[in-house]
Amino acid sequence: MSDREPLFSSKNLKLLREPLNKSNPITVQVLGICSALAVTVKLKPSVVMAVSVIAVLSVSNVVISVLRKHIPPRIRIIVQLVVIATMVILVDEILKAFAYDVSKQLSVFVGLIITNCIIMGRLEAFALANKPWPSFLDGIGNAAGYGLILIIVAFFREFLGSGTIWGYPVMEKIGIYKLGYTDNGLMILPPMALITVGIIIWIQRGKNRDLIETH
Amino acid sequence: MKALRRYIDHIKPHFKKGGKFGKLQSTFEAFETFLFVPDKVTTSGTHIRDAIDMKRAMALVVIALIPALLFGMWNTGYQHFLAAGEARTFWQIFAFGLFKVFPILVVSYVTGLAIEFAFAQIRGHEVNEGFLVTGFLIPLIVPADIPLWMVAVATAFAVIIGKEVFGGSGMNILNPALTARAFLFFAYPSEMSGDLVWISGLKKGLAPDGFTGETILAQAAAGKTAFVNGLNELYTTRDMFLGTIPGSIGETSTLAILIGALILVYTGIGSWKIMLSVFTGGLFMGLILNLFAVNPYMELPAWEHLLLGGFAFGAVFMATDPVTASQTEKGKYIYGFLIGVLAILIRVLNPAYPEGVMLAILLMNVFAPLIDHYVVGANIRRRLKRAGFNAQSVKR
Repeated sequence: MSDREPLFSSKNLKLLREPLNKSNPITVQVLGICSALAVTVKLKPSVVMAVSVIAVLSVSNVVISVLRKHIPPRIRIIVQLVVIATMVILVDEILKAFAYDVSKQLSVFVGLIITNCIIMGRLEAFALANKPWPSFLDGIGNAAGYGLILIIVAFFREFLGSGTIWGYPVMEKIGIYKLGYTDNGLMILPPMALITVGIIIWIQRGKNRDLIETH
Repeated sequence: MKALRRYIDHIKPHFKKGGKFGKLQSTFEAFETFLFVPDKVTTSGTHIRDAIDMKRAMALVVIALIPALLFGMWNTGYQHFLAAGEARTFWQIFAFGLFKVFPILVVSYVTGLAIEFAFAQIRGHEVNEGFLVTGFLIPLIVPADIPLWMVAVATAFAVIIGKEVFGGSGMNILNPALTARAFLFFAYPSEMSGDLVWISGLKKGLAPDGFTGETILAQAAAGKTAFVNGLNELYTTRDMFLGTIPGSIGETSTLAILIGALILVYTGIGSWKIMLSVFTGGLFMGLILNLFAVNPYMELPAWEHLLLGGFAFGAVFMATDPVTASQTEKGKYIYGFLIGVLAILIRVLNPAYPEGVMLAILLMNVFAPLIDHYVVGANIRRRLKRAGFNAQSVKR
């Protein structure tokens, strides 16, 4: 093993960086849309969700990558599910212990991380065929890319829908309500999350024309 | 006229590619074709051209909308002074409505056209004519007291998200004016629903206690059988037909809408097939609900449904939008019929939406391409069969 590549070789860094933009799980791979609609009403739960997904995805990626040569292909899905479920239960318990309020807000959606298509998708597409370290980076990169979109969407939804940022009443402090401004109720409804994601996709494709699908 | 033409020809070179204002070419073209019918002709082959181009077609729709607008202005004033308990002359009533409605119209046009022109410049294509009608429709389907900034936000949303993301007029899936209304309805429910918004000034405590500005549909949804105005006088069928009832600005008068419908049908711009089938569908669903009526709203006579709320307005001006409606002739019947059925269904069975026409039309807008797809497919199969082919064996 003389040709060991350094831990942060450019190839490995690419695994971290690409999902943030060029191969973003939500806007390009179109994975994990459902939870992006559900938890992005407020900024705080979104950040917690993003951190949870980073934890679950990076660790499960490593575990599956370590086991990759020992998992019989026919039952690999169920093995992946067991690994993810274990991680999700851990995260859920930690949230309940240390961040009970947010855990209540997220309610069932923490448990639903199990069904988040990003996680299963990355395990199948990457961890099963790569070594633990790159799998770990891939997990962090993809979960962060997912979290990034989540936070952008949540920022606009909370700001325009409730007039607050991280629970701080910005709009009220500016005094804009006295001028007749009203919060936009549509922003709180799930369709607007989809439209916001759509606008992000539009802007991203507009800047990076390689991403535009032709068919 | 001649002087204007000469002036336009004089400045035209500046707007050509490479000219001083080459970037503004599409803006220039929009104004030129607005003033004069374009004289461009095809150079090869034989073409028969109608004198009517897109701008003229749109202008005719605007003309058809004018009765509803004028009546809406008068009714805004009429409802206001009725609630205030003041007697005014016809012109005072009309002037009040004019000052309420005209700013909404201006805001809608300015916002929408600014975005349309901006997109045309950026994308380098011609300015779409579609907004001439959309901008006129938006003021007619909102309450008179709506804050102007909301109109601006909704118009911007409708033009950008409802139309430009799909590629502009002609490519949109949803009717832009209804998109604007749906946006307002869900985003600012306090300004778009309830008892206080339908009569101008009611929110500011214009009327004495006990005066309610409920629409007839809201009263029906609340289980009442006799519909009264704020002064406790019964509404007659004549009121419903003429439109002296509270409601969105342009939707109350079935008479004014029918005049518009006549103009649209006579000039061949609006499809009578859609209008007819929407009314048929509404009547059909109303009759079914009458048959199985278990509450007063379901007992409301089917034909009265057609006079109330935005049903007639939606049928005549919204459902017939040539871009978002079905394109096939048979598809138009299915599309219209389902709009009518769904509108009454949503209206009566979902108490949260006393007005179902908007949602029904938007929903069917989405389904229109599917209907067309199957109508075209059925036609191909029928003709293949007539020609003696086995439809299954022929690959499409």
